Amino acid sequence: MLCEMIKARIASDRLWSLQRQGRIGTIAPINGQEATTVGASWALDPAHDWILPQYREPLGLGRYGPEVLHRFTAWAIGHPQGGHIPEPIRVFPPQISLATQILHAVGLAWALKMRKEPAVALTFFGDGSTSEGDFYEAGNLAGVLEVPVIFLISNNQWAISTPTSRQTAAAGFAAKAEAFGIPGVTVDGNDPLAVMEVVAAARGHALAGNGATLIEAVNYRLGAHTTADDPTRYVPPEELAAAKERDPLIVFRRQLENRGIWDRAMQADAEKAGERAIDEAWAWASNLPLQQTALFDHVFAAPTPRQRQQRDAMTEYLGGAQ
Amino acid sequence: MTNDDNLREEETLTMVTAINQTLMAEMRRDERVMVFGEDVALSGGVFRATEGLMAEFGEDRVVDMPLAEAAILGAAAGLAAGGMVPVPEIQFLGFSYQAMHQLAGQIARFRYRTQSRFTMGITIRAPFGGGVRTPELHSDSLEGQLTNIAGLKIVTPATAADAKGLLTEAIRDPDPVVFLEPLRGYRGIKGPVPTGEHRVPFGQARWAAAGDDVTIIAWSYQVEVATRVARRFAEQGISVGVLDLRTLVPLDISSIVAAVERTGRVVIVEEAVPTAGFAAEIMATINEHAFYSLEAPPVRVSGFDTPYPVGMLEDSYVPDVRRIEAAVNQLLRAAP
Repeated sequence: MLCEMIKARIASDRLWSLQRQGRIGTIAPINGQEATTVGASWALDPAHDWILPQYREPLGLGRYGPEVLHRFTAWAIGHPQGGHIPEPIRVFPPQISLATQILHAVGLAWALKMRKEPAVALTFFGDGSTSEGDFYEAGNLAGVLEVPVIFLISNNQWAISTPTSRQTAAAGFAAKAEAFGIPGVTVDGNDPLAVMEVVAAARGHALAGNGATLIEAVNYRLGAHTTADDPTRYVPPEELAAAKERDPLIVFRRQLENRGIWDRAMQADAEKAGERAIDEAWAWASNLPLQQTALFDHVFAAPTPRQRQQRDAMTEYLGGAQ
Repeated sequence: MTNDDNLREEETLTMVTAINQTLMAEMRRDERVMVFGEDVALSGGVFRATEGLMAEFGEDRVVDMPLAEAAILGAAAGLAAGGMVPVPEIQFLGFSYQAMHQLAGQIARFRYRTQSRFTMGITIRAPFGGGVRTPELHSDSLEGQLTNIAGLKIVTPATAADAKGLLTEAIRDPDPVVFLEPLRGYRGIKGPVPTGEHRVPFGQARWAAAGDDVTIIAWSYQVEVATRVARRFAEQGISVGVLDLRTLVPLDISSIVAAVERTGRVVIVEEAVPTAGFAAEIMATINEHAFYSLEAPPVRVSGFDTPYPVGMLEDSYVPDVRRIEAAVNQLLRAAP
């Protein structure tokens, strides 16, 4: 798990620099949310269980294979193949329209139940997303249908510049589960083992036919919201400094070192592996071929006459067959 | 007509019965098909379009949903990604505003976003259109807005037979279809429907009446109104054709061009707000593809640039025989 967390942090930092060099578009770093993301994925079975992320988590889903990072890198570049995570990987592409994926997870879990597949759907979303109507509609529907879904709120304390105190007056986000008639749990999102444990319990609950669980994993966004954001305008420096003391990469490493199962050499190896992973992802993604007429592909199974006309006109404009 | 058509058995059905029987047939054919929405199971739907489905297919496949339109369509997206064939109902098309982010932002884009990893073979049924004195937001014709969302197919049957043929096609289509059912047509439209399997491909308009002097282009319930207009002109020896578009996306551009070439004079009828509406889209299409065949500027008969009105004003808003006749007469008077 620590290797995967390190890999996520290194990939996040690398994409940040690539954005600063103007080589990719806007991205949202995962810094501070690695333990929540990796810990949750460790409780799942990649052969059966689905993950519906928002837009940070794909950096930390190495458990589902290196292809997830490859595609996420292509997505950050703006290549259409970035949104295509191939079969049989059970991961959805990043979701930009916040909270919509929570309903997709309920629908997907409903399909699993209909097909009697022994699997769950886990969806990640943030503290801000809990203010969206889709969160409430999804929680309510999951309660009614008793489907095998896990709602994981990665509470990083900030929705861009809006703190959690402006999102809710409730005692905590997990408390909202009560209104849905499902269990709600709060966990230390900086502790991957604790996250893994509660997700594993939620998975067991779902597989036993008992339906959904709402989990709030409390962590802290250590970086900016995205490459387009300047958090120094609103994050209190003393709060950030305190959060850095709880940086999951430092805390978990110390924990493992104290137990004698991690050392400097392992750390160096993990960092090397992390660099290699993002190197490979970048090499793959930045060498993908692309024709401009790909603009017209995959709207429907077959293009409409009008789309064909438009594509032909573009082909002609671009100077015949490319 | 081919021999096959002549031999084909037919029965006379209202549109709502044709829809109901088609849902039955498709659920029998494919056990992945699920019907869900508000009040569709126990009560059989507010228009009884889903009557009897729960009794035959059970509560797992025919499901009364919590009252939440975004949940209905958002869950449909997840079901489709999970290999099911969802046929959700939005109780009235005006309520789709409460699910528009799932429809326009998600369902319409999933294939594109994922480059066909996840496809949305979803048929969203919704009644729309005026003339039955509903409360607010029950009669709005939003098809123009929907056609502006790339990634949705918009289907607008005008006959009971087409309701069957197009709904069958919609449920088997691998992409999302918004299947619009005219409120007034549920029981107001009745006609022969082929028994057994009947499919009508998308993107092929139908001549509801042949004509050489003027063409009326319409869809859904207004085809019925336009056909009445054509009959009245026929009594005066004036030949008015009615082209039923059947599907707005995909659009049968060649039939529209053929109609313009045939008559040179075109009336387009829609029940919606005219500004940036689908009639305007047809006018643009005519300009692009058949401008030199026009003998007079095309005329729109639409609703107005107002919200859909209350019942006592409704008859002035919805195009009727009189307004369409006036438009046809205007075109007949126009000299090239």
